Amino acid sequence: MNTSRREFIKLTGVVGGGLVIGFHLPTGAETKAASLNAYVQIRPDNTIIIAAKNPELGQGVKTALPMIVAEELDVEWAQVEVIQSAVDYLRYGSQFAWGSHSVPDNWIVLRRVGASARAMLVQAAARQWDVAPQACSTQSGRVSHPQQKGSLSYGELASAAAGMPIPGDDQLKLKSRDQFRLIGQRISGVDNRAIVTGQPLFGIDQQIPGLHYAVYEKCPATGGTVKTANLEEVRKLPGVSHVFELVGNGETTELMPGVAIIANSTWAAFSARKQLKVEWELSDAASDSWTQTQKRARELAAGNGEDVVVSHGAVESALAGAGRSHTAFYAYPYVAHAAMEPQNCSAHYHDGSCDVWASSQTPQSALGNVAGLLNIPTSAVTLHQTRCGGGFGRRLMNDTVCEAAAISQRAGVPVKLQWSREDDMAHDFYRVGGFHALRGGLDEEGRVVAWDDHFITFSENGKSPSRGGDMKASVFPVPMVTNARITRTQLASGIPSGYWRAPGSNAIAFAVQSFIHELAATAGRDHLEFLLELMAMPLQSGAKLDGLNPERAARVITAAAEQAGWHKPRPAGTGLGLAFYYSHRGHVAEVAEVSVDKNRKLALHRVTVAADVGPIINLSGAESQVQGSVIDGFSTMMGLELSIEGGRIQESNFHQYRPLRMPDAPQIDVHFLDSDYPPTGLGEPALPPLAPAVGNAIFSATGIRVRELPLAKSGFSLV
Amino acid sequence: MATVTLTINDQIRTVEDIAEDTPLLWVLRDSLGLVGTKYGCGGGYCGACTVHLNGLPVRSCSVTAVAAVGAKITTIEGLANEGLAQGDKHLHPLQQAWIDLDVPQCGYCQAGQIMTAAAFLDANPSPSDADIDQAMAGNICRCGCYVRIKQAIRMASDGLAYNAMDAEEQQV
Repeated sequence: MNTSRREFIKLTGVVGGGLVIGFHLPTGAETKAASLNAYVQIRPDNTIIIAAKNPELGQGVKTALPMIVAEELDVEWAQVEVIQSAVDYLRYGSQFAWGSHSVPDNWIVLRRVGASARAMLVQAAARQWDVAPQACSTQSGRVSHPQQKGSLSYGELASAAAGMPIPGDDQLKLKSRDQFRLIGQRISGVDNRAIVTGQPLFGIDQQIPGLHYAVYEKCPATGGTVKTANLEEVRKLPGVSHVFELVGNGETTELMPGVAIIANSTWAAFSARKQLKVEWELSDAASDSWTQTQKRARELAAGNGEDVVVSHGAVESALAGAGRSHTAFYAYPYVAHAAMEPQNCSAHYHDGSCDVWASSQTPQSALGNVAGLLNIPTSAVTLHQTRCGGGFGRRLMNDTVCEAAAISQRAGVPVKLQWSREDDMAHDFYRVGGFHALRGGLDEEGRVVAWDDHFITFSENGKSPSRGGDMKASVFPVPMVTNARITRTQLASGIPSGYWRAPGSNAIAFAVQSFIHELAATAGRDHLEFLLELMAMPLQSGAKLDGLNPERAARVITAAAEQAGWHKPRPAGTGLGLAFYYSHRGHVAEVAEVSVDKNRKLALHRVTVAADVGPIINLSGAESQVQGSVIDGFSTMMGLELSIEGGRIQESNFHQYRPLRMPDAPQIDVHFLDSDYPPTGLGEPALPPLAPAVGNAIFSATGIRVRELPLAKSGFSLV
Repeated sequence: MATVTLTINDQIRTVEDIAEDTPLLWVLRDSLGLVGTKYGCGGGYCGACTVHLNGLPVRSCSVTAVAAVGAKITTIEGLANEGLAQGDKHLHPLQQAWIDLDVPQCGYCQAGQIMTAAAFLDANPSPSDADIDQAMAGNICRCGCYVRIKQAIRMASDGLAYNAMDAEEQQV
């Protein structure tokens, strides 16, 4: 739809903040619900239907965002029924799930949505009673007035309210924090009943009439093209209806070359694929070797990087003149997303339009991807949002959606494209590995006076770092150290890169926060006191904090240490480790408690987390995100690594790529610090501090410093 | 090609014209529309596809439908009917505990987790934490909901113990 901004404002009656409230939810006749705006419908029985706009992949936004609307609307949660919204920019603005954005981006918008609907209901009641709306009050989905007997339910008022003028933002009075009744409570996820009874919620569960089942074989080394394939042979196999080659458009995020097989069941397609023989042309294919890359990075570590990311003061002379100095080389591997729901998409191309049923973190981008690929207008593509069986950043890319759409268009039938777990492992957009050659200098009092980080990363295009493979100039403690520098070297790679939970922080935190502890140990100082001192150092001229608030940081660090019993004496063979990280607007400190025996058998007993993300929306969901982040962080640091040889990922399934299991999960104590800053998201920021906290705890327990992930590489295993 | 007659959730279901090596998982999902049982790995590593065969937990990705003929098959869709009355009378105590403790994040693995836990509690109604760890070690939760899964199993087992005690007292 091509609507100018002026027309748009006229159409919606809304000016600022991306609040698109003038649109109404389409109402089904059977629901007899009145629509007050794009998010809120009310049934005569006083059921409040609230649309959840963003993809749900386990981060809890399908519950948390409607809670914000319900709070300002002044209804009981038990009255609320949540539906997944359509993908529609005009109604809902941007719809996506990444970067822990959902809560901070929608906090004010959704409060206005709720308050606006409430104001319209109050207007309707005031008109019915012929009283001033200001004298009316609301509670639990009912409007009352001091001079009126009884109250009117929203359900009774809804159809009249739907005809009331939409109030402007300046006319809305939002609640103050002390008036919140729902926000901050523990609310069980809105899909939980459907989940535990096995209802068809996920992309993979969608059943479209006339569905055919497809698989798509691509070159295991990205960039390879089909030279020859035994298509005729495969076509004769049981249940197979179509076999064809697609050349693709060369975009890893859309459609790469391969062979599609369509059959009458998933198993028939999987079975036929076992008989498919493709000879790949590899001249443009990835040829990375992780073994070689690690050697190369170690060679490069001695020098400085090709580019300077940031530099202030005089690092070299400060290091040379420092009372004590220390160097260390950190390394971490490529890792996969490995969401539990293997990539899949159902697509139905018909009469120049295309419907897709997809677990996507970026549904609006998918519309454009599909339209461009199929050469149809974006308006001819409809994406039906389904619940996602995990994302972690993998479903930011819509390659599977593009493949399904292209296969349906070519075959002329509706298809469900199903990747195997092996496809999912072989064709991910991986978190790139990385290396840090760190040097630090201390003055006579043991304070940090120099910090130098040669960051070695990867580039797919030969120009800029791979997705999620860059390092910000603002990474603490660089902005606070008098003489500090980050230089960067990019190694060429053909391995598709992607954003993996807390991109740009998830592994950098391990190197940086471990090295701070190394410097504290070199200085012979207490890590807690050392870290707080560093955090309190003045910002260097020209340096940026990019949202890091040193006071909030100090609060969470102090709180985590106190809650974990930082200064209490500890038995031999056990240790506490501390780390802090700021990412995705969240300030989080973690203390890990480990025990390690002489055979490097490790147990992570307890992780104490202190986080400041502003007011919590759903306490249950928020706590769950922190628990999950801690376990994800530990799982990854303990045993996850991709070996890459000949441009091919060697790990094919969960027997080789082994996420943590229940017996190894630690106790996790979560403390949210109360603050009046605007609420921010929790999908990511509790993950980065975990790895350095555990590494630092291992050092405290044993004196062994771990500088390479996963820990399994250094001989550690779980008890 | 084979025609198989299966007993699933106390119903007789016949599926025609399937390859003899078709895993039970794909018959449930593609042929019968019972999509609560999830495909996770296809190799028996992750447990997302766990169903009960005669009350025992099995990986439906690694058992053929043909091999399941004659067995009593229970999937997540049929678990509620078997449950004891507690809280919501239609749900199994584990399902209710999963809701009460807000266990799921993405939710994809949870059917398999619940089916594994249900068979385990049948065999061991009053487990220790170590028993729970051992029983659940075959099920991956990529979101890392292990802390709550364990709490929910504990809650359900306490409920089961209470119900059993109640029943005994009534008998006395």
